[in-house]
Amino acid sequence: MMKSRLFSSDARLSDLITAHPSLLSLLTRLGISLGFGDRSIADVCESSGVDTGFFLLICNVYTFNNHVPSTADILGTDMKGLVPYLEKSHRYYVDKRLPHIERHLDAIARELDGRIGQAFISFFQDYKQEVVAHFAHEEQEVFPHIGALMAGERDTTYSIGEFLRTHSDIEGKLDDLLNIVFKYLPPQVDDDNVLDVVYDILRLSEDLKKHTFIEEKIMVPLVKHLENAVRK
Amino acid sequence: MKQRLLIVEPSEVIAEGLKAILEGQIRFKVLEPERSADRLEERLLALRPDVLLINPTLIDNTAPLRTEGPMALVALVYQYVEREQLKAYDAVVDIRDSRATIIETLAQASPSEGKADDNNYELTKRETAVLIELAQGKTNKEIADALSVSVHTVISHRKNITHKTGIKSVAGLTVYAMLNNLIDESSAVK
Repeated sequence: MMKSRLFSSDARLSDLITAHPSLLSLLTRLGISLGFGDRSIADVCESSGVDTGFFLLICNVYTFNNHVPSTADILGTDMKGLVPYLEKSHRYYVDKRLPHIERHLDAIARELDGRIGQAFISFFQDYKQEVVAHFAHEEQEVFPHIGALMAGERDTTYSIGEFLRTHSDIEGKLDDLLNIVFKYLPPQVDDDNVLDVVYDILRLSEDLKKHTFIEEKIMVPLVKHLENAVRK
Repeated sequence: MKQRLLIVEPSEVIAEGLKAILEGQIRFKVLEPERSADRLEERLLALRPDVLLINPTLIDNTAPLRTEGPMALVALVYQYVEREQLKAYDAVVDIRDSRATIIETLAQASPSEGKADDNNYELTKRETAVLIELAQGKTNKEIADALSVSVHTVISHRKNITHKTGIKSVAGLTVYAMLNNLIDESSAVK
């Protein structure tokens, strides 16, 4: 991975988005509103109260598939924004993306025979419950732990080793759903609805993979470092 | 694409001799020979050979070997075997045949390349049976008992089902089974 391909802070934010439109959905979660005009990334970040280094770290990870930030990169970046970003992402998935997908699936389920439609929609609802529980665990156990460590407290109630042991994959069932939706639905189902939901699922699945990546490759090394630092 | 060939033969001299003859052939990828037919169904699921060259005295019945896709079954003979028994095979190789004849016989028996198992995404009868049990909420052990196979075999079938459908979770496979009318709604676990 060549470093020169990564984004730099003096580029126009609009150029970044034009080149990589999928980053648009990240802006709100990172605390940046639209309407930033032609200002540079550094300028927009500063006026929005977002650390530029942190902003670039997340954008680079989202855009370049093989880019894993080094521990030095992580420790050299102001990470105060990490937990708020992860929490906002959770809300974005649970309050916006999943209900949106569910509306499409509801419409599809209505076109299926009674009990089959029921089984189809409950598969998704069960998945949604799992995602909600997964996020709730992180918000109740992991994030407060990080907050305490960042405040310099010795927090021994939780350890990030436990997170690694129990962190389960939340994209798997989404891939199952994708296969069911575009391969196995009967022809009576309206194609337009199926296409819409396929794109939505693909986008969410990609987004969740990056989310998991950020937790495992950025959050975990950061917390390990903080845990070691307070132990000394 | 090379045809995957599995030799099942108790005599080491014969198995290794055949392997040596066939290994130079670009048509075949010769798998490590098996010495006995114990757990053969499992080995077939794991190895997925295109051609099975087997000593017919090792097995009583070829039917169970036929459930897994288009595999050519070739008898390997060097002792007296009843004619009736050989009828169940696609071809017969006699070890007294010449090298060229053995290769020719095996090549003729091989399933055509387009029909190789890797491109066949339809579930086999056995896989469908496992899927139906799975959709009813049964564990691997319960499925093994119901179908009289080992747990290991059930796991292999499940891997193949997932490979073919792209669906990993039991919940997802249950929806798949219902959409394909493999189970009626009342028998699916909620």
